[in-house]
Amino acid sequence: MKRFIIVGAGQAGLQVAESLRRGGFDGEVLLVGEEASLPYQRPPLSKKYLLGEVEAPRLLFRPADHYAKLGIACHLGVPVAKLDKENRIVYLADGAELCYDRLALTTGARVRELTVPGAGDPRVCYLRGLNDAENLRVRLSQARRVAIIGGGFIGLEVAAIARGLGCEVAVLETQSRVLQRVVAPVVSDFFARIHRERGVNIQLAQQVSAIDATPDALTIITADGSSVVADLIVAGIGVLPNIELARASGLLCDGGIVVDEFARTSDPSIVSAGDCTMHRNLLYPRPHRIESVQNAVDQAKVAAGTLLDHPVAYAQVPWFWSDQYDFKLQMTGISTGYDELVLRGEPEKGAFSVFYYADERLIAADSINRPAEHMVSRKLIATPGGCYPKAQLADTAIDLKTIF
Amino acid sequence: MPKITFIDLDGQQHVTDVAIGLSVMEGAIANGVPGILAICGGSCACSTCHAYVDDAWAGVVGAPNEIEDATLELANDRKPLSRLTCQIVVTPELDGLVIHVAKND
Repeated sequence: MKRFIIVGAGQAGLQVAESLRRGGFDGEVLLVGEEASLPYQRPPLSKKYLLGEVEAPRLLFRPADHYAKLGIACHLGVPVAKLDKENRIVYLADGAELCYDRLALTTGARVRELTVPGAGDPRVCYLRGLNDAENLRVRLSQARRVAIIGGGFIGLEVAAIARGLGCEVAVLETQSRVLQRVVAPVVSDFFARIHRERGVNIQLAQQVSAIDATPDALTIITADGSSVVADLIVAGIGVLPNIELARASGLLCDGGIVVDEFARTSDPSIVSAGDCTMHRNLLYPRPHRIESVQNAVDQAKVAAGTLLDHPVAYAQVPWFWSDQYDFKLQMTGISTGYDELVLRGEPEKGAFSVFYYADERLIAADSINRPAEHMVSRKLIATPGGCYPKAQLADTAIDLKTIF
Repeated sequence: MPKITFIDLDGQQHVTDVAIGLSVMEGAIANGVPGILAICGGSCACSTCHAYVDDAWAGVVGAPNEIEDATLELANDRKPLSRLTCQIVVTPELDGLVIHVAKND
């Protein structure tokens, strides 16, 4: 009997396993994960879970007996020590040796850690996994002043939750605007404004140079000599792809595990999917790495197809979302390289969309509390051609659904 | 606990007990109902927990809100009684509810 092993029991890993079964694979499926928990949802960790609205068992994707029913054997709580791709063996840290016929690497990403002096204090927290979220939830309930380093999605979502819990909140961002890497200035300005209106002290262009930790408080010292005092620091400064296992085994890596549009790595027996991959998507000219639920799921389906010898090329429009206070930001496409913006609606009224064009083609859209426009945008961007009249997109009197 | 019956695409019935306060989607997932995928985990972002409320229950369950209505645009075979099951919270009034699973992929 054939044995397929999946290393990494997150959203992508689970999806590979389920897609293998749905695709009719009747061999062995082993799902190996470093974390002790069965696969769980990460997005609520910075939202409802942190707020205390849901508990950990509700985050599980599937109940425990589901895995047995589907014939998915889970090896959880054990890191992989080594991958020998020549002999097709996965070595676990507990000494187990697992042979495979084919392998999927869905190893995800981990938080980038602060390296400034004082960053090792236990009151400096991160948010990626369930353990992080449990720790942060307890500490947030005891904190009065919270400082967040990084004005990205994690930082701003945590800021919104901390304000909701009644904490004093400061956000320190190194760039000149929040969410700079992913959205246009009009969207950055909107989010900075809604946080400031709710009492968050947003400080832009602030470089953290040290953290002075005393038993009573943490003082963040910035490069311009100013300081922010807090009981708790949350750093959300990005993630790093988990590629060490792949690289040590000799697989090609370049800012991620390099895969083609069929999720194939440089080894014919190994596929990879999710946050850890530098991948080809046929809709884009260059490879990229994306941290998202959509990519984890859709690329995992491609990877499973390749494992089953039914290759289907990856060509999906990316989408993302973020919840902050009562605002839902929904994004689709990749806006990098845009040369023109079209605004639909009024940011002052708290609901609008921004359309990104490059060379007259619609490439991305961000919608704030405009779910219908987001859904239409996903379809518009997925349709080849993409030269939609800007005047119509900007005119809120015209129903977007009538444009195509 | 309220009883909720799911009828899957093969016509098979799955009678489940779902705690008050959970979503109908969570009830389906916990009981391994085939066809309810819920890849976004109940964030009303993906439409893969799409199902049809049984005719007899239409008035009790009610209509989707604006976000759900928009998200349903992504669903296959949307019909008048389409709902995203992640957005239906189980209440005592829903005891006996019948849900027909839609084609999700």
